[in-house]
Amino acid sequence: MHELIDYIQSYLKSNLTPGAAGNIFWATVYILLVFVGLSIAVIAMNWLERKILAHMQVRLGPMRVGPHGLLQPIADAIKLLLKEDIIPAEADKFVFWIAPFIVVLAAFTVFVVVPFGPTHAITDMNIGILFMLGVSSLSVLGIVTAGWASNSHYPLIGALRSSAQMVSYEVAMGLAVVSVIMMTSLQTGTGTLSMIGIVQAQQTSGEWFIFKFFPLGLIGFFIFAIAMVAETNRAPFDLPEAESELTAGFHTEYSGFRWSLFFLAEYSAMIAVSSIAVTLWLGGWLRPFPNLLHGSTWDLVFSLVPGLTFLFFAAICFFNVVRMPKHPLFKIQTMGLAGFGAVLGLIGLVMFVPGVRDRVGDIFWFAAKVAGFMYLYIWYRGTFPRYRFDQLMKMGWKVLLPMGLALLILTAVVAMRADLWDQLRGVGHP
Amino acid sequence: MTDPNTLSPLDLDTPDKTFLDSNELVINMGPQHPATHGVLRVILRLDGEKVLGLECVIGYLHRGVEKIAEHRTYTMFNPYVDRMDYVAAVSNGLGYCEAVEKLLSVEAPPRAQYIRVILTELNRIASHQLWLGTHALDIGAITPLFYTFRDREEILKIFEKYCGARLTTHAFRIGGLQYEAYDGFEKEVKNFLTFFAPKIDEYEELLTTNRIWLERTKGVGKISGKDCIALGVTGPVLRASGVQWDIRKAQPYANYKNFDFKIPTGEHGDTYDRYLVRMAEMRQSCRIIEQAVAGIPEGPIMAKVPKVMKPPVGEVYHSIEAPKGELGYFIVSDGSTQPYRIRVRPPSFVNLQALDVMCRGQLVSDVIAVIGTLDIVLGEVDR
Repeated sequence: MHELIDYIQSYLKSNLTPGAAGNIFWATVYILLVFVGLSIAVIAMNWLERKILAHMQVRLGPMRVGPHGLLQPIADAIKLLLKEDIIPAEADKFVFWIAPFIVVLAAFTVFVVVPFGPTHAITDMNIGILFMLGVSSLSVLGIVTAGWASNSHYPLIGALRSSAQMVSYEVAMGLAVVSVIMMTSLQTGTGTLSMIGIVQAQQTSGEWFIFKFFPLGLIGFFIFAIAMVAETNRAPFDLPEAESELTAGFHTEYSGFRWSLFFLAEYSAMIAVSSIAVTLWLGGWLRPFPNLLHGSTWDLVFSLVPGLTFLFFAAICFFNVVRMPKHPLFKIQTMGLAGFGAVLGLIGLVMFVPGVRDRVGDIFWFAAKVAGFMYLYIWYRGTFPRYRFDQLMKMGWKVLLPMGLALLILTAVVAMRADLWDQLRGVGHP
Repeated sequence: MTDPNTLSPLDLDTPDKTFLDSNELVINMGPQHPATHGVLRVILRLDGEKVLGLECVIGYLHRGVEKIAEHRTYTMFNPYVDRMDYVAAVSNGLGYCEAVEKLLSVEAPPRAQYIRVILTELNRIASHQLWLGTHALDIGAITPLFYTFRDREEILKIFEKYCGARLTTHAFRIGGLQYEAYDGFEKEVKNFLTFFAPKIDEYEELLTTNRIWLERTKGVGKISGKDCIALGVTGPVLRASGVQWDIRKAQPYANYKNFDFKIPTGEHGDTYDRYLVRMAEMRQSCRIIEQAVAGIPEGPIMAKVPKVMKPPVGEVYHSIEAPKGELGYFIVSDGSTQPYRIRVRPPSFVNLQALDVMCRGQLVSDVIAVIGTLDIVLGEVDR
């Protein structure tokens, strides 16, 4: 028994990720935490997307299930689980069955190496970024099999589109990633592929890689930001599931729970690629303005932000409690909203406790940056029409790929003489 | 131009076909499909994503409106025409009423004609708004739909206040109007105009210079003015191909000669030009309404029409410029209370013929864009 407790406690003293420390217990805990957190994030994203999109489109969005439709995702989930499970008679049953699992597995496995903080990752691999890119591109396999197994024309076209699309955008994506890996080699002399290493390289270099070698880092970030939208099949690159053309693309024949797996995979893939972008260019878990606002006072101020954010959300809840219609029918809803606000407020208060504050800050900044990307995804969807297939290919191969290659060469040249570059900009090399 | 009569778009057994061409795919789009605007069924022959040919299958919404007319009196048939192009019901009513008036040799009094013009042009704006929203939705921009529907609501409110119906209005009667304009009609229409002018800019802001929109619409579904005339295509589609043909100017009816407005035309005959032409038409409609509201004369709203209409034996063809093109009514009277035959020349039906010509050699996504830009209403295609 003592040994077991020692085994559990020993990890807390080490300054490693559970995977790197080889601690199975904590690894399991982290896996469960990531899984639960991701599921909550997908549910929240579902609600937020509908609400934000609705407000962009001068309508209200879900308002009926729970206060301001807060329980709508749960109602949706119940509906999907209760639906009849249909497998088309002409479908290849085994492949049809396994396709959604491939997609979901690929989308979730990626999170093994996502660093939410210096030690807040399931494991730290020395090939972290390669692992992420490799595993996330496996999801195309699931989509192709789904389209093929449905044995129907629209899914087939959707699957063909998505495979071509994902393959062509991965190249540009890879080139942008390589330019970042070059940047990591500046301080240490040896670059790193480890996700945690990349963020630490940004910490030691004193600037996020998006600002590194301005504008090279920014260009790399833009290439990645475009490619990642295409990679996740979201608007304006949502051709594989283009509703007005292919009804629902590769998942036309899927319904109920199987369909919800695709949905889950799509949203977790969005979160996954956003995490890559955040880790590579936006300093991962690092707080903003590390150079401008430094010193212990600013550190304290920024460590209070997570708690304040939750208090702000709680305040929004209470503000809406006051605005709720004063009618007996709305009593439960009003109380529910107040309860939700109270929970958020409590979480906020707990986050002010010094011990918690130091541990939560990393995760908060990481999540906040990812949330920014999620908002961008919704914004794109509300703004842009859809690309046509040939235009999408043209953009991938004729614009992003040459840009990525040029960026790679330029970054290499500049990185060779980084000291000169910094002198030119009048910045002392740290 | 490929002659649609000599070459069946679905003819798979072309003589130069080899086994390498066996990856051709015939898919069935519709009648239940989100982008075929109702119950249009399009059979596509594809090579990958490229359209080799297509064939439209229609008739899923056929109600035999023309046959019904033969068993109704002239007055009783009036509400039926609203159900053809239900998006522009007022225009349908105007065409029918004027055709019967021509047959009876009566003319609606000036006040009635002005109110008719106002309502018809409002309906043209509403129809174009619906087209814009759904067309943009087909191309993937989901937001304009909600903006256009929000503003279309204001027009429908005016209709509702005027005649009690929002969509199938039955606003006009043979010989004039049944209802006098309600109190504050002019003011509300004027308010609508000031409300609506900035809204067109809002739509344009979302789309006109949007790069993806330009890429998706420029050069897509091109059709020359010559082909348009050969196929009988009318309306904004014809005008976007550079032919300045608008029945409101060419064969003025219902007082349109009193109003000052331009006929917007395009150059290239592609989807983008058709978009621009319709946007400009909305602005021109606003101009017409503005002039009409300012100049509504006083007077009766109904001409002297017999209670039981028995038009003299003969036939008449009368056409108007509906939002979608030339809407014509050919009425044969045998001197009885019921028409011997009514034949409707619906713009959507004729324009739909051009789909194959416009889509050949393009991609599946373009077919969707072209169906949207043709602005068809299946109620009118099938009647």
